[in-house]
Amino acid sequence: MPSNLPEVIGMQPNQFNVDVANKLKVVSLVSVGKHPQSGRMRRADQDSRAVELGLKLTGDNHSGESLTVLHAGDPSEPSLRSYAGMGLKSVRVLQLDPAADAILPLGQHLQQCGADIVLTGVRAESGESSGMVPYQLAEKLGWPIVPRVADIVSVKGGVAEVLQALPRGQRRSVMVRLPFIASVDSAAPEARQSAFGPASRALMDIEVVSASVDDVRQAWEEAAARKRPKRLKVVKAKTAAERFKAATAKSQGDGGKVMKNESAAEQAQAIFDLLKEEGVLR
Amino acid sequence: MSAHNSHDVLRRDPRAEWIARNRLHPLHGSVVSADMGEVRGPTGLLRKNPHKVGFIGPNGIKRIDRLKGNAAGAGKGRRSSAAQDIQLPLHQVENPDFYVVVVPDMVGGRLTAHDKDVIGQAHKLIAGAEGNGAVLAVCFGQSKEEHFDTAGVDRLLLLEDEYYEGYCPEQRLAALVQVESAYKPLFWLFPDSVNGGSDLGSRLAARIGERPAVQAWLVDSDTSVCRGAGGTTDITRSTPRLLMLAEECADPIDETRHEALPVELDLVPAVIAQLQDRGQVAVDPNAISLAEAEFILSAGNGIHNWDQFHSAAAVLGATEGASRVAVDDGFMPRFRQVGATGTWVTARVYLAVGISGAIQHMQGIGQCDKVIAINTDAGCDMVKRAALSVIGDSEAILGELIKLAEDFRAQQSAGGDRDAA
Ligand SMILES: Cc1cc2nc3c(=O)[nH]c(=O)nc-3n(C[C@H](O)[C@H](O)[C@H](O)COP(=O)(O)OP(=O)(O)OC[C@H]3O[C@@H](n4cnc5c(N)ncnc54)[C@H](O)[C@@H]3O)c2cc1C
Repeated sequence: MPSNLPEVIGMQPNQFNVDVANKLKVVSLVSVGKHPQSGRMRRADQDSRAVELGLKLTGDNHSGESLTVLHAGDPSEPSLRSYAGMGLKSVRVLQLDPAADAILPLGQHLQQCGADIVLTGVRAESGESSGMVPYQLAEKLGWPIVPRVADIVSVKGGVAEVLQALPRGQRRSVMVRLPFIASVDSAAPEARQSAFGPASRALMDIEVVSASVDDVRQAWEEAAARKRPKRLKVVKAKTAAERFKAATAKSQGDGGKVMKNESAAEQAQAIFDLLKEEGVLR
Repeated sequence: MSAHNSHDVLRRDPRAEWIARNRLHPLHGSVVSADMGEVRGPTGLLRKNPHKVGFIGPNGIKRIDRLKGNAAGAGKGRRSSAAQDIQLPLHQVENPDFYVVVVPDMVGGRLTAHDKDVIGQAHKLIAGAEGNGAVLAVCFGQSKEEHFDTAGVDRLLLLEDEYYEGYCPEQRLAALVQVESAYKPLFWLFPDSVNGGSDLGSRLAARIGERPAVQAWLVDSDTSVCRGAGGTTDITRSTPRLLMLAEECADPIDETRHEALPVELDLVPAVIAQLQDRGQVAVDPNAISLAEAEFILSAGNGIHNWDQFHSAAAVLGATEGASRVAVDDGFMPRFRQVGATGTWVTARVYLAVGISGAIQHMQGIGQCDKVIAINTDAGCDMVKRAALSVIGDSEAILGELIKLAEDFRAQQSAGGDRDAA
């Protein structure tokens, strides 16, 4: 391959920038999702975005060559196939007891397969949904973790440029050395549709592993979510006058500054100053 | 009002009050007329001092005295009802038996409402445990907060060195590990938020090998209830040492004042960071969803030059919004509509151009901090809601605003070039 290929690719805005010399090995960890309204089992939203990002990183064409989609749990779960329906030949499953702790076998598997980038969702849609899996794996493997990733912009010379999703639609750029773990935010590009045919043809690559049972969880009680009480605006008034004031006072008080007779330039200047003071003009 | 406030200590003269109340007292005339403003002048004429007529009522409004001075006399001894700053009782913890550590988000250097809820939860946990505990707040980065005391912070660890600035979870984690070994806290509390609390909490939990409770919303020292399965189930479990708390998990502290004594931490080793923060990147404001945009420029029926409006939004870097009329008339797409039947926005700054402020529109901007109005009608509801209103033609004002913003951008890029050079 010509050595100037990366630059050529880089000039096209939508194409992903990878070192061609050594191919990336990406592992997307997937779990069984649950639809928030109907409660039906499905592919989890963030996990499927992680698979989508993995497909982008490894190049769509050689589908599933260097992208491994990995699940620890029950291989007969039908919703696992809908990940395969995104264009994968196989899904790797570490078969273990549903009550077992998946961290240890997952960590061992990741270490053995020599992954460069491990992608997960931020929080699972079923079970404890604590979002601790990527952190515990990172701690176990000694790898850095980048939480809430919206996109991975480039991987060059063993260093990845990652876009992190911040509140209010903002993005932060973070550089991180391979190998690393990233949890994929809902701000990442939406996953492609899952096709039924390829999904049912895909291979379930099963490996039976043993893992210790998660004892702590046995003692927990799970129930459907109770409605949380809305916080009321409690008025802690000591005197009748204060209570009366709190009950009758208008919330939007005095109104602000009104500029009536100034010239348009002065008025615009006042708006401009306020925008700068508030820090929204960047 | 200022005269009222100038002397805080009110000195009463019970005898004068008694004379003023008793119309049959021989000195009644002189005591009352001292305030009545009616004086017989040297020529025998009755002079009135208009400034002394009537009295100032409890709300600072001048009232006519229809009781010929008797009411004024009675009101003389009243306490002024001007709001007094009441000192809340000070809650002191000397030699605490244990600590509950709170790591607030400190968005923009200030405690958020979520942080204050978490501090309130910390005090509830202390009340449920034996011995007297103290809340230790560990704050990273430059702090602008002035009210740690009324928020309920007993001990305050401010880590303001420059290597805690920006995104540096690994360095912050090292400091927290140091806190863990120095204070052996009974509980670690983090706000479960996207502003960094949940990230830092998860890192610490993985490092010190605790199994945290996340999205916990009903917590006492024995059991906690947390949301699981993406918020669709409740998990009841025994309370672990490390908790990430949902919003409104407990009421914030509002009836006591706390010491907020600064404490020090031994030198934290500088960590070789594997994550390198490259700062925020510019995003296309129109790609941000309207509901979470920070700065919205919104157009109503008072916009006549739409090209100008779009270029104003572009140069200001604002997300575009619209009133229903602008959408119905086909000038803006439906997903840009703000209001009851559109999007409820949370912008910090909302610039409404030519929008009258119908109630259906106002519902949508209820959560906005600063509203700025440009309108020809000074009496419309949007002007009443706005922090700054300018009255005039939208086209002229937007034109001037575009000029200012373009100058600002030109300066910025010139400055940027100089920095680069
Ligand atoms: C069931 C229902 C739901 C609704 N839901 C929504 C909703 O979700 N969102 C929404 O926005 N509306 C909604 N509406 C419509 C709402 O009642 C108002 O009709 C609408 O908000 C008015 O839009 P406006 O302020 O742009 O227009 P107008 O009320 O016409 O106001 C135009 C303003 O522009 C000013 N102006 C005119 N010319 C200029 C100029 N040259 N320069 C500067 N200012 C100028 C005028 O003084 C006036 O204040 C709803 C109505 C109903 C019945």
